[in-house]
Amino acid sequence: MVKPTDSVVATENEPLKKMAQVRNLNFYYSGKLALKNINLPVYEKKVTALIGPSGCGKTTLLRSFNRMHDLYPGNRYEGEIWLGDENPRNLLQMDPIEVRMQIGMVFQKPNPFPKSIYENIAYGLRVRGINNRAILDEVVERSLRSAALWDEVKDRLKEPGTALSGGQQQRLCIARALATDPAIILFDEPTSALDPIATVSIENLIVELKDQVTILIVTHNMQQAIRISQFTAFMYLGEIVEYNDTMSIFTKPVEQKTADYVSGRFG
Amino acid sequence: MPSQQKILNTLRNPIAIAASIQNRKRWEQFFIVLGWFSLLVALLTLVFLVSDLFLRGLPMLNWKFFTSPPSSDPEEAGILTAWVGSLLVIFVTAVVAIPLGIAAGIYLEEYAPKNWLLDFIEVNITNLAGVPSIIYGLLALGFFVYILKWGESILTAGFTLALLILPVVIVTTRESLRAIPQGIREAAYAVGSSRWQMIADHVLPYSMGGILTGIIVGISRAIGETAPLITIGALTFITFLPEPPIQSEFPYISFKWIWAPFTVLPIQMFNWVSRPQEAFQVNAAAAGIILLVLTLAVNGTAIYLRYRFRKSIKW
Repeated sequence: MVKPTDSVVATENEPLKKMAQVRNLNFYYSGKLALKNINLPVYEKKVTALIGPSGCGKTTLLRSFNRMHDLYPGNRYEGEIWLGDENPRNLLQMDPIEVRMQIGMVFQKPNPFPKSIYENIAYGLRVRGINNRAILDEVVERSLRSAALWDEVKDRLKEPGTALSGGQQQRLCIARALATDPAIILFDEPTSALDPIATVSIENLIVELKDQVTILIVTHNMQQAIRISQFTAFMYLGEIVEYNDTMSIFTKPVEQKTADYVSGRFG
Repeated sequence: MPSQQKILNTLRNPIAIAASIQNRKRWEQFFIVLGWFSLLVALLTLVFLVSDLFLRGLPMLNWKFFTSPPSSDPEEAGILTAWVGSLLVIFVTAVVAIPLGIAAGIYLEEYAPKNWLLDFIEVNITNLAGVPSIIYGLLALGFFVYILKWGESILTAGFTLALLILPVVIVTTRESLRAIPQGIREAAYAVGSSRWQMIADHVLPYSMGGILTGIIVGISRAIGETAPLITIGALTFITFLPEPPIQSEFPYISFKWIWAPFTVLPIQMFNWVSRPQEAFQVNAAAAGIILLVLTLAVNGTAIYLRYRFRKSIKW
């Protein structure tokens, strides 16, 4: 398994920049309050983990960031999610398509398109109207290299993405998210459908990727949060109970609830 | 309760277990035999009908039969006007029903707000698929022939059959779209697609195989329809062909044929069967063979297309 990451967080000579900031967010599923007064910073080029028991709202919060809830009727947001550091914009007021063009997502179950490996990655550029072959070639190679998949698939880019193994499919989905150079990538329990070996490779990849992109990840595996994240928010019943740097959350939690959860007493 | 305990005690009794298994296997045998019998009845009927048709019709099947218009002399009579009419009518039907049906299916499944009105429309479309075809004929007679004054033309016939198969195309389009996993849609949205890009680039191509199946079923039904076409005034005896769509002079394409009177294969068959002379029965059987072959050819093309679509998509 991966070694615990360099849990170096805010030091004096490395100021943290916020990539996003959730302010007083409430979220309703057809009238039912699912997220209560969420406040959460997401720091640039760091991994922020959302942990908590099933049904606590961590995936709901994650999917608010790229407005996935807008696809289904009866959902409503209140509050703000600010995106960007210099001139932040409230992404809840933006066009959802514009939001998704800046915030990529990797899903729980690998979901490559039933198209070629190449087209899976090129698609994000094609929807933006970029069809220049040379540009696409370059982006496909760069994204696959960043997702540690290039060497395995470079000779079969024309083969369907769905023919790859589960772990490779998930890395393909990561490459697809990277291709459009997003500000943030959301990971929704990306390893829960994978075997332990594929899990290690995805975790290693996330650790490497944080140098180029901001990452927000939902995980129900606390060891994973320790291994890959710098910040952790513990959620329970739709609220953030405690947020801190990962080491503090797991070694000296302030709230009793957090202590009970991270020590395995419930959840 | 002692009696209940007695029953439960048999759960571990080897003799009771063996008896139970044997009993259940007997039922299984019974249903296998029943299944075979049902299959045999269906297949034998089909084989009998088709071979009877072929035995009777084959002597008449020759090039002249294909290229001659109908005649009062059974030896001279052919199906030229009938098969040309069938092809032209089906062409109009396909051109009208396929785009309309797919577009309506996409709208209902992907765009329409999910509410009681949509449920109401859905129930009605499903019901329309089961409305007797003669009702469509009456509707077409009133609307296309009398109100729009399209006359007893190929255009009217094509639109009538298009209305008839539209519900089938809409329903299968919706079902095929619905079968695409939600994860694929979310993946497309997540890279920044608009809804239309998600549909046009993913959902629609991936569901084309299923949509084609609906089109096959619809077109096959349309080829064999007689009642609505008689209602709108298809001729039963016609000796001339419509003006060909491709001309030797500028502008080379003519649409006059859509206004032409017509007949179709099943009507020609019906006409011959109702004649007293034995020789015309042979003609009807021969026309039946052509109708079967035409249906198989249309289906074959669609199945081939479906195969091509499915092959290009690997799940």
